[in-house]
Amino acid sequence: MKISKFLKIVSCFFCLLALPNINLMAQAVDFEKQKVTIALADEPPSLNSIKSTDQISFFILGHTNEGLLNYGKRNKLVAGVAEKWEVNDKGAKFWLRKNAKWSDGKPVTAHDFVFAWRTVVNPATASEYAFIMYPVKNAEAITNGKKSPDTLGVKAIDDYTLEVTFERPCGYFLGLMAFGTYYPVREDFYKAQGERYAADKENLLFNGAFKLTHWVHGAALKLEKNEHYWNKEAVHLNEVDMPYITADALARFNLFKDGKIASTGLDGETLKNALQNKYKIRKFSDGAIFYQEFNYREGRVTANIHFRKALQLVFDPNELVDKVVAVPGNIPARSLIPLWVKGVEDKFRKEYPAKEISVDIKKAKEHLAIAKKELGLTEFPPLVLLVGDSPTASKQAEYLQNLYKKNLGLDVKIDKQIFKQRLAKMSVGDFDLVSAGWGPDFNDPMTFADLFASWNENNNGRYNNPEYDKLIRIAQNSADPKIRMDAFSKMQDIIIDDVAILLQYEAGSVYVQSRKLKGVARRVIGADPSYINARVVE
Amino acid sequence: MLLYSFKRLLYGLVTIWFIATATFIAMHSVPGDPLLNNKAVSETIRKNLEKRYGLDKPLSQQYVIYIGNMLKGDFGVSFTQQNRRVNDIIREHFPVSAVLGILAITFATLGGILWGAITALYRNKLPDIIIMFLVILGISVPSFVFAALGQLSIIQMNDLFNRSILPVAGWGDFTHMLMPALVLGLGTMAFLVRLMRSSMLEVINSDYVRTAKAKGLSPLKIFFSHQLRNAVLPVITILGPAIAAITTGGFVVEQIFAIPGLGRYFVQAVQQSDYTVIMGTTVFYGAFLVFMVILVDIVYGFVDPRIRIHAES
Repeated sequence: MKISKFLKIVSCFFCLLALPNINLMAQAVDFEKQKVTIALADEPPSLNSIKSTDQISFFILGHTNEGLLNYGKRNKLVAGVAEKWEVNDKGAKFWLRKNAKWSDGKPVTAHDFVFAWRTVVNPATASEYAFIMYPVKNAEAITNGKKSPDTLGVKAIDDYTLEVTFERPCGYFLGLMAFGTYYPVREDFYKAQGERYAADKENLLFNGAFKLTHWVHGAALKLEKNEHYWNKEAVHLNEVDMPYITADALARFNLFKDGKIASTGLDGETLKNALQNKYKIRKFSDGAIFYQEFNYREGRVTANIHFRKALQLVFDPNELVDKVVAVPGNIPARSLIPLWVKGVEDKFRKEYPAKEISVDIKKAKEHLAIAKKELGLTEFPPLVLLVGDSPTASKQAEYLQNLYKKNLGLDVKIDKQIFKQRLAKMSVGDFDLVSAGWGPDFNDPMTFADLFASWNENNNGRYNNPEYDKLIRIAQNSADPKIRMDAFSKMQDIIIDDVAILLQYEAGSVYVQSRKLKGVARRVIGADPSYINARVVE
Repeated sequence: MLLYSFKRLLYGLVTIWFIATATFIAMHSVPGDPLLNNKAVSETIRKNLEKRYGLDKPLSQQYVIYIGNMLKGDFGVSFTQQNRRVNDIIREHFPVSAVLGILAITFATLGGILWGAITALYRNKLPDIIIMFLVILGISVPSFVFAALGQLSIIQMNDLFNRSILPVAGWGDFTHMLMPALVLGLGTMAFLVRLMRSSMLEVINSDYVRTAKAKGLSPLKIFFSHQLRNAVLPVITILGPAIAAITTGGFVVEQIFAIPGLGRYFVQAVQQSDYTVIMGTTVFYGAFLVFMVILVDIVYGFVDPRIRIHAES
């Protein structure tokens, strides 16, 4: 009796507190206002397009800024700040539209691109994405301090004409024009902000569909339609509100369930929950590929081809995807070049199918015996498998540990490390096997293929195959799509025949989205998801 | 009393210096550094980055520079968040954690004292058994479970009334704080209930309570001025460290309820090896804890005259 009275009082107290708020609460979608509310997983670490490296920063920048070209519907390249262009083996020329404006009303000019690109490659800037400029003449030499930044192969012929000279032919250059690092930055504004550039919303200029109008660090961001954007007629949303920042997938899912946000990604746990609630599950292939890298340094058993063959022959990517990853949207990997990448005319993998490998435990054991002989071992030392600290990573590592023990009698030691420690161990080669992944920077096989060139800094296992290096050079120095794709096809075979890496899966993601929200584009490259052409329906 | 306070303060400063030094050494002996990233960079860029952040200097020199800047109250610039000063991070996000922490500790203390006293008064009877069972639950169940349950119950409640009674997550006004504070305070409350119970049991059997009863004082008067006042002392002792622990240990709760508190930066900095943020937040939290302990010592003197007299003599 007494307790129930107490509860009544408490609940009344709660209601009283909450009442004035009911109308102020953000709702997921608002048709009248054309407003969408979403949650971010993290605060964007850097909105300075010259230095940004991460997905969340590129997501915001992709909405607030625009390069010479842009991704439109069906992820086709469309005109951005440039209204027309010409490309050949030697370089490219862009004619900028005169109605492209910064958010303070001043025009976007060719000089803004020249300034931004020179700043990216300037070694003093130390931009981690400087490598993406390397197709432009002298970019690599400038970054390495051998030439001065004003020798970069980019020139403003006048305010609205930009001329680019290539270091070597570049078949995918137009795609790069939509990449965040190539966005324009206005010199006078950048210099006026100094150390504060991009630190807060006042320290930024926008030339894209939206502008950042509200930014409380770690708490909230808000994008509003940019009235100075040249193509504002194509932008339907007035507002993209992001009042929640949390890395917790369950918390974001709960917000979706409560009708507070319009879309959220799912992990294994929230997927089950979403299925129980009968939500429509949407799938999307996010373009990245996951694999195990081997260590090729002296004295590692993984440097032996027969040893690697044995590991390859017992591993079935189908089983990993179906039973261990167990989230729809992921596809077993059969090649280093994922299915979505463009080839000569069609998709690369349609034009050049990858070799099939089937599980063969008997043959695997034979290879293992040869490896033992060649290495002069009586018994294999335990393999060190370096992995990240996420639950998914652990699950996959345990699966491999069990697989190799059961079929080959090999012991695997799982070395679980947090992010930076794992990177440190990877770069010094403190592993036999390491779980790794790679997300693309542009739509060309090169973004994946050159990972295993002997000179690539990301080649953590130090894979070194002169044949492979030669093919990379061929693909780099030609503009003929046929010659290039033929070379990539041979590399695709080498990766499998030489077991350069152990292919696992092409990553996909699943998400839920409000039925009233239409036209959200999911992208493998660039700002993903893109709300630029999205709208709220009744 | 003045000398006593001064001495405590001096010890406090030495403790903070020790925290700073130990953190500095530990941080640099872990493999990996803030400049490493998913995509490896060329040698030249790496060198330029090291130069910009002063990581090219020998460790001893870095230490001297760091301690020097710290004495000036400057914690430097974050490695992972472009152009953000660590001082700004603390200034913007600590108040959020503090507000949430104070609400949680208020809730924990009031609940702890109340339920603790009740369990003692009803020792080995039904209310005692029920409350003590809940206390064990509160201590052993981790806060992320309570947080998820709390969030679920808000969704159920909003669904039931078909309107937003309480927000599921986010930060802004008082309604955003209620559930996170409740969840955050739960563990501490459970701990305080146990503490209060045992200290109350001691008091109940003491001579002066028997005397008070014999004098014919009303049970209510005995409870408030004789039993509660004496039993509450141990609770106050641990309140200082508890406040520090709650305002700094809210990482999980902050993450789940999307609250922009300092806890998140504290934990993320370690994962990212963000040297300046690790140092800044650790030293700040360390100093905060030391300050709270000193404060409790002084408050203790006011509550319990015996301690004040002892310290003065």
